[in-house]
Formats: sequence, C-alpha cells, structure tokens
Amino acid sequence: MSAGFVGALSRRSWLPEAIAVIVLAVAPSVAPLVSVDSDILGRILIWGLFGFGFDLLFGFTGLLSFGQSAFFGAGGFIAAYLLTANLIGNVLVALALGTLGAAAVGVVVGLIALRRTGIYFAMITVAIAETFFFLENNPLSAWTGGENGLPGVPTPSLDLGFVAIKIGLGWSMYWFLAAIFLIGFFIARRIARSPVGHILSAIRDNPLRAAAVGHAIHAYKLTAFTIAAAYAGLAGGLLGVLQGYMPPEAFTFDTSGQLVMQTVIGGTGTLIGPTIGAAVWLFGHDFLQYGLGLGAAWRLGLGLIFVLLVCLLRRGIVGGIADLARRFGRVPAARVAFVRTAAAASLQAKRRARPETEPGLPILEARGLSKHYGGLAANSDVNFAVGVGELRGIIGPNGAGKTTFFKMLTGEVTPSQGQIFFRGSEITRKGVTEVCQIGLTKSYQINQLFPKASVRENLLIPALAECRGRFRLDLLKSIDRVPGLQADVEETLALLDLTARADVLVADLAYGEKRRLEIGLALATAPSVLLLDEPLAGMSPQERVETIRLLRNIRKGRTLVLVEHDMDAVFDLAERITVFHEGRVLAEGTPREIQGNSFVQEAYLGGVHAA
Amino acid sequence: MLTWPNFYSQLLNGLALGSLLALISAGLTIIYGTLGVLNLAHGALFMLGGYAGYVAYEETDSFLIAVVAGAFFVMVVGFALERGIIRYFYNRPAEDQILVTFGIGIVIVELVRAAFGNLSKTVPPPAWAAGVTPLGFMIYPTYRIAVLGIAAATLAALYIVLYRTRIGMVVRAGIEDALMVNMLGINVYRVFLLVFGIGAMAAGYAGIINAPVVSLTPDMGENILVQTFVVVVIGGVGSFSGAVVGGLLAGEILSLTSMVDPAYSEVMLFVIMTTVLVLRPQGLLGVQGRE
Repeated sequence: MSAGFVGALSRRSWLPEAIAVIVLAVAPSVAPLVSVDSDILGRILIWGLFGFGFDLLFGFTGLLSFGQSAFFGAGGFIAAYLLTANLIGNVLVALALGTLGAAAVGVVVGLIALRRTGIYFAMITVAIAETFFFLENNPLSAWTGGENGLPGVPTPSLDLGFVAIKIGLGWSMYWFLAAIFLIGFFIARRIARSPVGHILSAIRDNPLRAAAVGHAIHAYKLTAFTIAAAYAGLAGGLLGVLQGYMPPEAFTFDTSGQLVMQTVIGGTGTLIGPTIGAAVWLFGHDFLQYGLGLGAAWRLGLGLIFVLLVCLLRRGIVGGIADLARRFGRVPAARVAFVRTAAAASLQAKRRARPETEPGLPILEARGLSKHYGGLAANSDVNFAVGVGELRGIIGPNGAGKTTFFKMLTGEVTPSQGQIFFRGSEITRKGVTEVCQIGLTKSYQINQLFPKASVRENLLIPALAECRGRFRLDLLKSIDRVPGLQADVEETLALLDLTARADVLVADLAYGEKRRLEIGLALATAPSVLLLDEPLAGMSPQERVETIRLLRNIRKGRTLVLVEHDMDAVFDLAERITVFHEGRVLAEGTPREIQGNSFVQEAYLGGVHAA
Repeated sequence: MLTWPNFYSQLLNGLALGSLLALISAGLTIIYGTLGVLNLAHGALFMLGGYAGYVAYEETDSFLIAVVAGAFFVMVVGFALERGIIRYFYNRPAEDQILVTFGIGIVIVELVRAAFGNLSKTVPPPAWAAGVTPLGFMIYPTYRIAVLGIAAATLAALYIVLYRTRIGMVVRAGIEDALMVNMLGINVYRVFLLVFGIGAMAAGYAGIINAPVVSLTPDMGENILVQTFVVVVIGGVGSFSGAVVGGLLAGEILSLTSMVDPAYSEVMLFVIMTTVLVLRPQGLLGVQGRE
C-alpha cells in the first residue's frame, strides 16, 4: 500500500502524533548520553520541517524537485533581512513573512516548472535553484549580504501576556524549534489525510486518470509545490534564528541535494522519513568525520550509503521498518470469497442535480468531427447524436477510428475540425477534466487504474471529484468528513459487485474484476453519459456474463455509448448501432436494420450475420 | 567595457564555451534519448575527465596523451557504471534513475576530492596552442581558438557516427523506440552500454579539453551540469541538433551578458530557458510528447 492511501476511510489514528510528542519530550534527557547537543537536535528538527513539505511534493505527488534550496534560502533571507534591518521586531512575525514570501516564490516558480513533468521538471528545478543562488550572491547582495550572508539574526522572545519567555541558545531554542516542528507535523499529517492528500497520491500513480475523473491536476500539483515552498521557507528562517546568522550556503544546490538524500534515506511518502534521514545524516557526519577519523571523506561514506539505499531499499529506513512490521505484525487479510451482493441489482443510479435536457433533443452530439494526425485521418466528418437514456452501440473494424472518436468526445484529444455539444451547449475545447465535471466520461480500453491502491481507495478518487468539484483547497479537512463520500463509494462498490473485495489491492484482483473497477472509476464520477471502450475485451465467458449484467444495471438513469467487438453483446444490449468504417460513419440504425444493411455486411460483417 | 574588440572577443568566447556545452549536452541527450535515463552524474563525469587528463599529463607531459587517456578513462568508467548499476534501473521509475545517478555523481566527486584534495589543479595548454594569435582586428588566446576547432570537429565526428553509420542508425532507432529495436533482433542492451559509454566520454572529453582554460576543482561539474540542463531544455530532450543549437545559444548568452554585467549571465540564461518553456515547451528542436 502506498503513501497517502494509507488509512483512507479508516478511523483517525493519533499514534504518530503521540509518538512525536513523546520522542521530542524525552530527547533532551537522552541526547547528552550519546553526546548530542541541542544544536544538532535543532538542526535535525529544521531539516525535518523542510522535509515535511518536500515529502508531500515528492513522496506523495511524485514530483522530484532538486530546487528546494530556492525556497529555503528565500524564506530564510526574507526573515533574516526583516529582522537584521530592524523592519520587524517580532521574530515569529518575521518567520511568518518569510514563509509567506517563500510560498509566493513557490507559486511563481511552480507555474514555470510544472509546465513539464518527469525529467524536465527535475532539470528545470535545478536550473531555477541555481539562478536563485546567483541572484542572492550578486544582484540582491545589498539585501542578502552576498557572500557574507546576514549576521546578527536575533533570537525570539515570546510575550504570552502574563509571562515573557526569552529564547536563548541551547535547550530553550530546542523547545522553541520542537514546538514549531510539532505544529508543522500536525499540519502535514492533516494535509496527507485530507481529500487533497489522496488526490496528490492519485496524481503520482496515474495523472492521466486523475485528470480524466475530474480533478484539475495542474492546480493540485501547484498546491503541493507551494506547500513545499512554504515549509522550506519556514525551515530557512529557523536556520537563521538557530545560528544567529543566515548563511548564503542555504541557496546552494548542495542544500537541495542534501534534502533529497535525507528524504530517500529516511523513506519517502512517510512524512517523518526526512527527519529520520536528517538524524542519520547529521549523526553520520559526526560519526564518519570524527568517530572513524575519515575527515572530509564523510560525504563519500554518506554518498555510498545513499546509492546503496536507492539500489536496494528504495523505501528508506521508515519504509523498511513499516514493511517488516507488516510482514511480522499483521497477517495479511485472507482473500475474501467472492460474494454476490443482492442489493446491487436494485440500486438506483445516484444522481446529483443536473439540468435536464429537453426531451427529443440529443444529450450528446458531434457535428462534422474530424481528427488528422499529419496526413492520416483518424476521423473524417463524423455526425453523431445520442438521445437521453439511450444505449448506443458503436461497431467497426480495428482502426475504424472508434477510440479516437471517444477521446475527442471526452476532451482528451482536440478535434481538428467540428464541434461537440453536450446538453445543447458546446464542449469542443473544454478539456477532459471539465467535460467529466459536467457529466460525461469514459472507461478505457486499456485499464487506467491507480495501481498501488485498494479497490476502495481507487473509487475514492472519482467520488472525490464528484463531491468536491474540479479543485478545492480543503487541506485540513479529514477525508472521513467529506459529506456523502463514504456512501458514494459503498454504493459504487455494491453496483460493481466488489464490496467483498473492497480492501484488496488492485494488483491482486482478477482480470475481470480489474475491468469492472475500470468501469467503476468512470461510474463513480456520476456521469449522465458514460462512454465504454471495449468493456468486454479479453474476458472469460463467466466474467463476460457478469459484466453484461453490470452494464444492464448501470444504464438506469444514464445514457451509455458502447464500443465493442463482441457482436452478440452489442446486438443484444444496444437500442441503436452506429457503424464506423475508415474513420467515417458508414451506417446507423436499429440492430435489425444494421444486420440487414448490405454496406455493413460487405464492409464489416462479411455476411456472417446476414442470415 | 562595451567596445568592438571586447564584443568580438566575447563573441568568440561564447562560441568556444557554446561548442563545449553542445558537446556535453549531446552526451547527456543521447543517453537520455536512447536509455531513457537522465544522467545527473554527467557533471561529475565532465570533472572526472579533467582530472584524468591532469594525471595523464603529469605522467607524460603530452597534451595529446592527456586528452586520449582522459576521454578513454571516462568511457571505461561509463561502461562500468552501465554494467554495474544503471542497467538495473531501466525498468524502475524515472525518479529512481535520477536519484541513483545523483548519488553516483556525489560519490565520484567525493572520490576525486579524497584523492586530490580541494586545491585546484591546472593543465597548461599544449605548446602549439600556447600564447595569443593576432586576428587582425584583435588578439585572442590561441588555445581558445583551438577549443572551438576541437569541439566543432568532435561534434561533426559524433554527427557522422550518429547519422551516417549503421550503429548510429540503431542508436537513433533506439531513441525512437528501444523496445521495437530489440524485437527486430538487435541486442539493444549492448547498444545501451555503448551509448552510455559514448555519452560519458563526450562529457569527459569536454572536461579535459576545457582543462587548460579553467582550473580543476572537484565541484566544477555542478555548474556545468546545470548549464547542460538549460541547454537541453532549450534545445529539446533527445535531439542532437537541439543540443548543438542550445549549446551555442547558451554559450553566447553567458558570454555576451557577462560583457555587460557578469552577475546577470546565469540569470539571463534562466530567463531564456523560461521564455522557451512558455512559448515552446518541448524545446526549440524537440518533438512534442517525447519526455
């Protein structure tokens, strides 16, 4: 099971928070025994805070940034400048402004870097971070002190009204950092367990499908990027406060690299992993440098450990411990026998209020739709209309342009020419997320699931899009408190006959079950028109029967369009059939008319069904 | 100072730097294009080439031997890395590939630091290219002209290998669709090994060619890696001609901006990269959808 999906729809566990409080409380008593001082502990906490944001970005959302130093430095220097220039007297206010400043920088940088994904994203973040280093060093040196940094950052004093606490260096600084660390941890945990946290994990596992079920994935990625920048900015500010000095090294590529390495060593997708990694890093540094007398070669030792971990234990220390605990502690749930849910057949399609189409008018219509790839015409001048509540079949030989046609209807592919209307209004260039949100989506010919999650967690993602719309910043809301979400998921599970398999991981499902889940992901967005791309392909006879029964069940209250090569199923299910041939509509009519159509027989059926 | 001789000299500096960047970027981009691996150790390999050349030069006093030995050494290191580590990452997520090459880069840098210390090392230019050359309108360091010539000749050689030979055809086919090449009965993993070695060699070779112009430090690869990324983003990932165009463009931007104010040269590079990303996200010569 993957990060972010852990514990979905389960009861809130306060265990990690409790452990964090206890560890932080006893650390000052234990640390001196292993000759660790408050300074090292403080640094671990600062790197840990830095890591909360980075883990939400990398571990949860899958965006590997090598540019976090830009925000660490930005937040640090904003806070340090405000304090040393005597513009702000209150350290906490300066830290807050530094955090906000770093978040603002994060939004701007994110808008640029998130234009690309994968390796491009990694390269762009590297380049941006280097640019910040040069900006700090020269053009902005009047404010940042250039190579000298900013000395004289004051320590905070907290005026609680009845008592004023002056934080000095040493253990009082530790308690100050520990308090901020805990707040940061609580917030990060809440974000991870919020609807947004779950959507971020879905984006990591299958961005295409996360967008197709109605989430504005770009906005969510920018959200994760901004959160990571804010955490980085806070950590940078605290570094200045801890040291009484804001060092220019905060802006270097080494800072970003160290964060990445600590996070991977500790374990990604665990939130606390980067803190553990920081502890290993800082202890390891002292141990290798002084304990083993390696001197400056300590980085070599940590580099080798890092490479080994990436090669052999990619989930890091925390992930490795979690895997061990799972293996020895809890016996995996036995496979539950496949139980037919009697309620499924009687379930009515759930509907949220949507404007009704006037009777007689088509709910979905394509006019003169064409798609060209270079010289190749996938579709030419397709006219197509489906009435409300209809079950339409589309048949045609391989390469007839059926899948491209579906992709254009759902906004996944932009047509070269022509228009698409849904409920009478044009949706031609709306894009797949918007089209899904207004009630039109499709299931895929090749399964597009969230492979690391369970069946229930898969269905959660489209249900969230249905409950919350394309984008909402309910970062601190528990997923258990989204109204109607649980009921939506249970209802879809029942409809799919997967209730008994709800907590099974996708990887452990039978093929037919995966296919039904594929339909379920589309279904859980509560579409009024559902396009099904070869739902029966590759199924065993038994699975085929079950899926046909599912199709009959879900058509109540919905309009279905079905692309399928299983002729018996199409001619049995569909009220009308459209025949595609070489990218065009060859014929359209009732199953009986199509069977009797001589063009169709010649082009496609080859006389087999002619009798 | 904004004078014409200064401008010409910076223009030439930009060409020399640009052709070196093009060479390094070509190495990065053919590795990525064929193997699908973004090699974050590329900057470290560049640095390693410089140090390998330095050692060879100290032993033999011959610049030619230094270049050949430096390039060859880095190629062997490239082979070893591909065999020992990289090939186990072809089927792992892109993030893992980036992480492991990042780690390899750190290990290489720290090994060099452990062996040679932090003090900078220098390699003198070969005797035939020492001194300055009068170009009529100005005088210019001879070795920089040589760098331009050597890098251009090497790029041309690389181009011929990639576009005019059978193995080059296989590599280019591998960039398009490695799986298909494998199915056609060509051992694509042997091609991968070769490509990683050649790509690494390009970086190492550039490192030793560049050595007489700069002083060698273990950290010198980091900045080059960043500039190489910018070149590849500007030119388009997986595109050889993109690497050349992007490299020359980046070299001139760095050079000409530093004539006005050196503090802004790297910043200007970033501005250009951002502009390209906004107007043409796939890069100047990149193909849409290839990531």
